[in-house]
Amino acid sequence: MASLKDLRNRIASVKATQKITKAMQMVAAAKLRRAQSAAEAARPYAERMEAVLANLAGGVAPGAQGPALLSGNGKDQTHLLVVCTAERGLCGAFNSSIVRLAREHIYRLQQQGKTVKIICVGKKGYDQLRRQFDALIVETVDLRGVRQLAFGDADAIGRKIIGMFEAGQFDVATLFFSRFKSVISQIPTAQQLIPAQVAGAASGGAAATSYDYEPEEGEILSQLLPRNISVQVFRALLENAASEQGARMSAMDNATRNAGDMIRKQTLTYNRTRQAMITKELIEIISGAEAL
Amino acid sequence: MAAFHFELVSPEKVLFSGDVDSVVVPASEGDMTILKDHAPLMTTLRPGVVDVTTAGRTQRLFVRGGFADINAGGFILLAEQALPLEQLDGAAIEREIRDAGDDVADAKDAELKRRAQEKLDKLNELKAALRI
Repeated sequence: MASLKDLRNRIASVKATQKITKAMQMVAAAKLRRAQSAAEAARPYAERMEAVLANLAGGVAPGAQGPALLSGNGKDQTHLLVVCTAERGLCGAFNSSIVRLAREHIYRLQQQGKTVKIICVGKKGYDQLRRQFDALIVETVDLRGVRQLAFGDADAIGRKIIGMFEAGQFDVATLFFSRFKSVISQIPTAQQLIPAQVAGAASGGAAATSYDYEPEEGEILSQLLPRNISVQVFRALLENAASEQGARMSAMDNATRNAGDMIRKQTLTYNRTRQAMITKELIEIISGAEAL
Repeated sequence: MAAFHFELVSPEKVLFSGDVDSVVVPASEGDMTILKDHAPLMTTLRPGVVDVTTAGRTQRLFVRGGFADINAGGFILLAEQALPLEQLDGAAIEREIRDAGDDVADAKDAELKRRAQEKLDKLNELKAALRI
């Protein structure tokens, strides 16, 4: 049986932990609001970009070999996985669930005899993937010093990917991140970057409006496609940031509640022990008095 | 003058959305003014200043890495970076150019040097665009 002093110490330490988790929850809530509005602000650009690309891709004559970024380089041997995770932990299963999705993907590709390369964005994903796939990781991107995610950060990653593609280091690129659905639900998602997946490109319905191009179509596409990759990465990072804060918020909410339960249980034990001691002392005094 | 719908969108936010009379853009092969019912056109933009005129009032914005999509629905301008001109200040830019130049000179490794050089180039583009 723990002594009264032990119990008192234990309660005090759980209370201190509860204060920390409570504070972290509130900080996450504030950051979540900011991350969410950033993600929402970025949405129109990505949507317009998609529409423009669909228009352009619809204009590319069917059957003709389009730019490699759009239609791939015809091979399917080497896969690049860009795994975006958080820089910090204590956010529930957020990092693990992205890594799990990526890991399943890697196993499936390896079974098919494909070569896999990994770029890790964020320290936590790197820490988890390093254990099994250290040999496959070709790059890590550290965004720890970044306070407010800017397009430039995503652009640097995008350019790195394109540089590797042009050097023929991979054939297919897939982006892993967590889509923000709500505070309690974030969905780990895999999105194919190269070859680009353009909505409605196959239908060719957009070709109804015949555009003038200046400079010509091919050149515009060759400028726009790399930028589209940066935009996709940017969107993924923003969604990730919002998801991370959402996950942390609910994880810390749980932790605070658990700490509360623990405090209640410990306080009960403490009071019972205290009362038992008092009773014991009284019995001793009374029986001592009776003996006289 | 007849109005049409114009949107200026950067990855970080929507900078302008509304009906305008005319827009002057620095297209890659020369400046052009877009009015209502322009033929569908896609073009890339040079770094430069976009003039947006609404009911006689003109708003000026600096745009870098721009792309214009003009169709029957209106005019959408996608820009990698866009800033209203009134937020820019010549002296501050001069100072930044000097700082960036120093950064290039003191950069320790190739990656840092490349980044500093990129920043310097961007600032120089900005300066050149403002001198029009």
